[in-house]
Amino acid sequence: MSLRAFLRHETILAILTVIVLTVLAFQSDKFFTVANLLNQGRLISEVGLVAIIMTFVIATGGIDLSVGSIVGLTAILTGVFWQNFGLPLPLAAGMAILAGMVAGFVNGFIIARFGVPPLIATLATLALYRGLAEGISQARSVRGYPDWFYVLGQGDLGGIPTQLWILFAVAIICAVILGLTSWGRTVYAIGSNEIAACFSGLSVDGAKLAIYTASGFAAAVAGVIFVSRVSTTRSDMGTGLELDAITAVVLGGTSIFGGRGTIIGTVLGLILIQGLKNGLSLAGIKGDGTIVLIGVVLIMTILITNIFRRDGTR
Amino acid sequence: MALAGTPSLKAAGLRHQSGFWTKLYRGYGQETVILCAMIFLLVAVGLYNPRFLSSENLITIFSGNAYIAVAAIGMAMIIITGHIDVSVGALIGVLATISGTLAVSGYPVWVAWLLPVVIGVVINMVIGVLVAYARIPSIVVTLGMLSILRGGLISITGGAWISNLPPAFLLAQQKPLGVPAPIYIMIALSILAAFWMRYSPFGRSLYAIGGNPEAARAVGIPIERRIVSVFMIHGAFAGLATILFATQLQVIQSTVPPNLELTVITAVVIGGVSILGGTGTVIGSTLAAILFATIGSALIFTNVSAYWLRAVIGLLILVTVLADMIRRRRGA
Repeated sequence: MSLRAFLRHETILAILTVIVLTVLAFQSDKFFTVANLLNQGRLISEVGLVAIIMTFVIATGGIDLSVGSIVGLTAILTGVFWQNFGLPLPLAAGMAILAGMVAGFVNGFIIARFGVPPLIATLATLALYRGLAEGISQARSVRGYPDWFYVLGQGDLGGIPTQLWILFAVAIICAVILGLTSWGRTVYAIGSNEIAACFSGLSVDGAKLAIYTASGFAAAVAGVIFVSRVSTTRSDMGTGLELDAITAVVLGGTSIFGGRGTIIGTVLGLILIQGLKNGLSLAGIKGDGTIVLIGVVLIMTILITNIFRRDGTR
Repeated sequence: MALAGTPSLKAAGLRHQSGFWTKLYRGYGQETVILCAMIFLLVAVGLYNPRFLSSENLITIFSGNAYIAVAAIGMAMIIITGHIDVSVGALIGVLATISGTLAVSGYPVWVAWLLPVVIGVVINMVIGVLVAYARIPSIVVTLGMLSILRGGLISITGGAWISNLPPAFLLAQQKPLGVPAPIYIMIALSILAAFWMRYSPFGRSLYAIGGNPEAARAVGIPIERRIVSVFMIHGAFAGLATILFATQLQVIQSTVPPNLELTVITAVVIGGVSILGGTGTVIGSTLAAILFATIGSALIFTNVSAYWLRAVIGLLILVTVLADMIRRRRGA
């Protein structure tokens, strides 16, 4: 392995993750058990799904702040379609997911067609979608779903949590798309230099529409999984989820300015964050203290990569 | 380009050949739009329910969001410089707890008021140094800082409330000449900051950095030092906002107000500051903060469920931004 490849962000992150997980495993004998690890997998699935698509969004130089609100909106709509409109639950969940996709499409449309900066566009829809969730629900929650629905969020398939299968599938498909296809190259091209990408005949607007719609879709699926996991719907579900997802993506080495980033990096970022949260709480550090460390790790990782990159690897 | 004066190059070029109203529209388009929206809302809701225009309600509207307006002044400067701070909500939460704890522990009131400002400046100096010298994008630094502050606050306080605040500490409840103190503070700070941004070399240099950093460096502006300074000033405004926030009620809830940073950023953006940096004014964000409070109050007085407030604000941002984009395309 050449020094250059060794200093890649993902390699540094992988080493850091292994070190952290090893240290944590020694701190508590409960940490490195299959049951605990699978349970942690269950907990990262929602943020994970959103973060994987967010990798595409940030790689194009964009950002999607509205995903947490789309999670909340989908959750509320699932409940409302099912209970108030009397639709069968699969149809209700399907329509809620469709609504989430429309929400994502609206983001993409505003950004691609009107040229509104993604930060502003999704800041506006963050308020709008959360507001719709609050307005539609009027702070009422929906409970009492049929048992089979909980398989998605609380059940297992072949000994592994159901939603973890979904996360695996999405991660692999997205890694292939971003890493190996020409469309994946388009994403990087847009992030590096949008005008050049446009003049190279790439469909910049089309790619953006697709990516933001996919982001809405991922958030919507995460919303349905969320409902199934916690057995209830509330309009404040997914609040702050956008920042968790962005943290994982940036920690994973995706440049916030676009043009660089990998799915494997994002997955490593997710593992590191959840490992830290869980391992430290098992080691007796109170839950919220771990958030502090995640902030420190985020800043330090980017700082270290920046220092290395200045030594001529760029 | 940004040094030329008003929010856009073309606007600056057109100034000498157009009348007062055109000048107002070109230079302060967004501010005028917000002011019109606010007046329209006041008249329309006032006709529907005259109690909306009672002096108590108007005072509530103007003072309720004063802390957001004050925090938005600093945020406007940050965004004009081409950066962003998503940690300001968490910072205000932390500073409010510090301030309240000092007041309850019997320190003199001026210490409880001053220390949050000092700590705000110091924390933001760290952010500024990481942004300017370590060259980490500001959204990444402040995202990290958000985690640090939020986590630190909850793990130290456990979310407990601070009560039994001494009456002298409650600045926001004092009413010289019958008008709550936050209104004076908000107006004074907004006007001072507006003049300072428009006429001082420092203020102009922030527009230059936001408009074109390369060009700003070429004309000899010390960009790194300016970035650190503007973050420190932003920290001071966050500290001042904290005082207004913490002294509003008899208790301080020791958690971070949810999404406060996004409300502040929204006020700045609706106020007409371009998220790309280089244009906008601090007056716009103050007006936008008051507009939010007006909308919230209008919903109550028209018997619309307050749960729709956020949807209305979201829609409002979208319409404002789209109108702005269309206006720019037409070549205004």
